[in-house]
Amino acid sequence: MGTTGTPTNITQGSRTRGGVGESTLRPDGILKVTGEFAYASDMWHEDMLWGQILRSTVAHAEIVSIDTSEALAQAGVYAVLTYDDLPTEVKHYGLEIQDTPVLAHGKVRHHGEPVAIVAADHPETARRAAAKIKVEYRELPVVTDESSATAPDAPLVHENRTDHYVGHVPHPNILHRQPIIRGDAEEAAKKADFIVRGEYTFGMQDQAFLGPESGLAVPAEDGGVDLYIATQWLHSDLRQIAPVLGLPEDKVRMTLSGVGGAFGGREDLSMQIHACLLALRTGKPVKMVYNRFESFFGHVHRHPAKLFYEHGATKDGKLTHLKARIVLDGGAYASASPAVVGNAASLGAGPYVVDDVGIEALALYTNNPPCGAMRGFGAVQACFAYEAQMDKLADKVGMDRVEFRRLNAMEQGSLMPTGQPVDSPAPVAELLRRVKAMPLPPERQWASSEGADVRQLPGGLSNTTHGEGVVRGVGYAVGIKNVGFSEGFDDYSTARVRMEVVGDEPVVTVHTAMAEVGQGGVTVHAQIARTELGVTQVTIQPADTQVGSAGSTSASRQTYVTGGAVKNACELVRERVLEIGRRKFGTYHPAWATAELLLEGGKVVTDGGEVLAGLTDVLEGECVEVEEEWRHRPTEPFDLRTGQGFGHVQYSFAAHRAVVEVDTELGLVKVIELACAQDVGKALNPLSVIGQIQGGTTQGLGVAVMEEILVDPKTAKVRNPSFTDYLIPTILDTPTIPVDVLELADHHAPYGLRGVGEAPTLSSTPAVLAAIRDATGLELNRTPVRPEHLTETETCWTSPRN
Amino acid sequence: MRVSFTVNGRPQEADDVWEGESLLYVLRERLGLPGSKNACEQGECGSCTVRLDGVPVCACLVAAGQAEGREVVTVEGLADYAKQRAEGCGTGSCGTPLDEARRWAAGGTHSRTGEGTGTVPRATLSPIQQAFIDAGAVQCGFCTPGLLVAADEMLERTPNPSDEDIREALSGNLCRCTGYEKIMDAVRLAAARQSEAV
Repeated sequence: MGTTGTPTNITQGSRTRGGVGESTLRPDGILKVTGEFAYASDMWHEDMLWGQILRSTVAHAEIVSIDTSEALAQAGVYAVLTYDDLPTEVKHYGLEIQDTPVLAHGKVRHHGEPVAIVAADHPETARRAAAKIKVEYRELPVVTDESSATAPDAPLVHENRTDHYVGHVPHPNILHRQPIIRGDAEEAAKKADFIVRGEYTFGMQDQAFLGPESGLAVPAEDGGVDLYIATQWLHSDLRQIAPVLGLPEDKVRMTLSGVGGAFGGREDLSMQIHACLLALRTGKPVKMVYNRFESFFGHVHRHPAKLFYEHGATKDGKLTHLKARIVLDGGAYASASPAVVGNAASLGAGPYVVDDVGIEALALYTNNPPCGAMRGFGAVQACFAYEAQMDKLADKVGMDRVEFRRLNAMEQGSLMPTGQPVDSPAPVAELLRRVKAMPLPPERQWASSEGADVRQLPGGLSNTTHGEGVVRGVGYAVGIKNVGFSEGFDDYSTARVRMEVVGDEPVVTVHTAMAEVGQGGVTVHAQIARTELGVTQVTIQPADTQVGSAGSTSASRQTYVTGGAVKNACELVRERVLEIGRRKFGTYHPAWATAELLLEGGKVVTDGGEVLAGLTDVLEGECVEVEEEWRHRPTEPFDLRTGQGFGHVQYSFAAHRAVVEVDTELGLVKVIELACAQDVGKALNPLSVIGQIQGGTTQGLGVAVMEEILVDPKTAKVRNPSFTDYLIPTILDTPTIPVDVLELADHHAPYGLRGVGEAPTLSSTPAVLAAIRDATGLELNRTPVRPEHLTETETCWTSPRN
Repeated sequence: MRVSFTVNGRPQEADDVWEGESLLYVLRERLGLPGSKNACEQGECGSCTVRLDGVPVCACLVAAGQAEGREVVTVEGLADYAKQRAEGCGTGSCGTPLDEARRWAAGGTHSRTGEGTGTVPRATLSPIQQAFIDAGAVQCGFCTPGLLVAADEMLERTPNPSDEDIREALSGNLCRCTGYEKIMDAVRLAAARQSEAV
C-alpha cells in the first residue's frame, strides 16, 4: 500500500503482532464460512411464534374499517394487533421527528405502510392470516413530486405538523430546507466567460442488503423483553422502542445478532416494535423475518432527487460561481431527511474552490416510499450533478476534463461554502492525478484468435455482439463526503476495556455496543487493543445495551468514533496498569519513575526496550476495567438562512476512473474497469479498507446502470419490489476495481485515520456516466442509465465522438 | 408429510412438513441447519445454494418433497465433503467419522446465541472456506455460504478456472458488500493452493 506524506502517530509505538496497520483477519470469519454465524434470521427459540405484518396496498387513503375476526379465528393464530391495541399513548416513532405510526391510524401515507400484525405458529399460517384481515380504504389523491406537493390545493401529507422545521419551510409538504449562501453568485456570474446549466435526475436506490430485516423478541419474567436484532444502532432503537411498549429502557434488553449488511437501511426501525408487541401480548417468543418483497417496503431508500445546477468559469478555467437547487423526495415520513438535506446542501459544491455560491436543498413530504439514510447520504446525488457539470464546463473552456478539475480542486486550507476551513489534507488534485496515471485496460480485450469472448462484451452470454457497434469510453469523477454526524450532534461512543490475567496470560476484553454489520469494526477494535496494550489475546464481546451507546454504524464513523473510544479506554487502562506496576515494583528499578513506559509483548518495557516486568506479575490478583465515553471535536448547526457554520467533523475524498464499452445499437453497457484512488488518512486494516472501497464503488456502479426502485407516478405504488425486477450488480456486471490508497494523516483523528466507507460510493456513479457519455456523445442527465436512454433517437446529441 | 433424505452424509427425517415448504425451510427451521441463507426466496440471489445429488441448486426453489431419498450438501458439511473428495471418496458424501462428527457438533453450540466470537472451535476448513477468510472475501457474510458451495462445485469441475469461468460460475450469487474483487481473489487462491497440493 502506498504511503505518502506525513507519518501517522501510533500512541505508544507498540510492535505487538496483530495491531493497527496490519491486515489481520476477521474474528468472525470462521463462523461465517462454516455457516455457524447466527444472523438475526437464524435465531430460534423453543415454542416461538412467527410474526407477520399486513401492509397497505394503496399509497394514500383513509382507513374506513379494519376487520380482524377472520384472521383471529384461524387455527394457529395467537394474536392480531392494530393501532387500537397499542399499549401506551406513545404510538409514533422516528429517528429525529416522531412522525411514523407504529401501526397506521385512520390513514396510510405510502404503499406498504404497516396496518396490522399477526403472530402464529408457522410463518405460512401468519401470512395467510394477515391476508384474511379486511381493510377498507377510501383512497385520497397522492402527491408525488415537487409540483404536486406544493400546488395551492395540494393535500398535506402531515396535517398539524409540530416539528421544529415547520417554522422555516415555505410549504407544509416541505420537510426541511437549507440554503447555503456565500459571496454573491449573481454578481460573480457576470465575470464568467462560460456558463453551463443542467437539470439532473437521480433515481431511487435501495440498500439491498442481503440479510433481510429480522429479529427475535423473547418476553421476560420481569415483564420486560429481550430483543435479538440486526440493526445499525442499538441505543437509538432502544430510545424509540421502550416508550411505545411502556417499559423503562432497562427492561428492553437488546443484543446485536448477526447483521447481513446495512448501508443505511437499518438506521430506522423496521420490525423491532412489532415483534416486541406480539411477544408481550402472547407471552411467547416471536420471530419476524421479512422476505425480499417486504424488505423493499420495510426500510427507507436513497432519496431520488432533481438537481438544477449552474456553474460559470473564466476563459482560463477558474470557477466563478455556483447556483444550485437540490430537491430530494423524502417520501411519507421524515426518517433522516433533515440531515440528508444538510449534507446535500453543504457538500453540494463538491471538492472545488468556488467563492460565490448560492445553494438551496430541500426535502419533500410526498406519498412515495419514505427515504432516509443510504451510504453517501445526500452527497451522492450532488456529486452526480456537479461532476456532470465539471465535464461540460471543461469542454466549454476547452480544457482537459481532469486538468480542469485539478485547477479548481480544493486543498488543505480551502473554505467550504459553509465558511468552514478544510483543516486536514484534502488531496483532491493528487487523487485525480493518481487515478489518471493508472494503466488503462487494453483495447479489445475480448478479441482473440478464436473470435470474440462474448463474456467480456456488452450483453455477455446473450451473445448480442461480437464487437460490432461497441464503443469504448473513459470518464473521471471525484467527490467529497463528511465523516461522522454533523451539525452539532453529540456524536459520542462508549467503550469498556478490561485487562486481566487468564490462564497465566494477559487478556484484554473489549465491549462496545457497536453494530458490526460486515464492515469489520470488530477486527479493528482487537487491533487497537493489541497496539495500545501490547497483548495478543483480545476478546470482543457481543454488542448489547449492557454497555453505553456506540452511536450508529453509519456516516463512515465507527472506526473514527468507536475506534477512538476503544483507543481512549485502552490508554486509561494502560495508565492504571502502570500505576499498579509502579506501586508493586517501583522500588526495584528507577526506570519505573523516570522512563517512558510501554506495554509490549505482554510486558512493561521502557522506550529503550528494557523489560521491567511481565503483565502477569503486575496484574496478579487485579483486574483493570474502564468504561468511558469518547467524543470527536464538536460541530455546530448550519445557519438556517445562510448555511454558514462549522458543520462537519472531517471530510473524505475519493476519485474514480471508469472505462466502459457500450453496444451503441442495443444500448447495453459493460463496465470494463473502475479504478479508484482514495485518501484514508491511515489504513488500520488495509485489507478491510480495500474491501470497503471496492464495495462502495460497486454500489455506485449499480445506481449508474441498473438500480432503481420504480414508483408509479399516478398511484405512488412500488412496481419492482423483488430481486427479479430490482437489479443489483452481479459478479458479471462488476469489473476489476484497482485501488490506490493514500494515507495522509488527519491529526484531529485517532491514528490520523479518515472514514472510508462512503466516499467511494459518490464518485463511482458520475465516473461511469461520464464514460458512457464519452462513448456515446449523449448528454445523459439521469441515473441509472437504461438501454432506451442510449438508443432513443429523440435524445439530444451533443458532440458525437469523432 | 415426512421427508427423509441425506444431509452432509447423515440420514435425516423431518416430520409434519407442509407440502408447500421448501428444502431451504426444512434445512433451516426443521433440521437446525441455518447456514444456507434466505435472502430472496425466488432463486435470484444464490444465498441458499446447496448441492442436491451433487448439483448446485437454490434450496428455496426446491420443494422439500423433491429431496426425498436424495443427498444434500450444505455449507455446514462443506469441509467434510471437500476432505472426502480429496481422500478419493467418489461422491464426497460418504459419511463422517464419529470423532469428527463429535467435534463438528461441539462447534455448533454457539450458533443460536450469536455469542462466543472469541472462542471459535478450530474445525478443519475446506480450501475454499480458508481462501475466503484469507483473501478478505467475507464482509457481512450473508452471501458467503451460497458462494462457497457454488465456488467449491466450480473448482471440482474446473480446477484451473479463468477469470471468466469464475464469473460465469458465480453469476447466480449476489454479494452486496465486497464488489466481488476479493471473492475473485479467494477463488483464484483456492485454485492455486489446490494445484500446488496435487
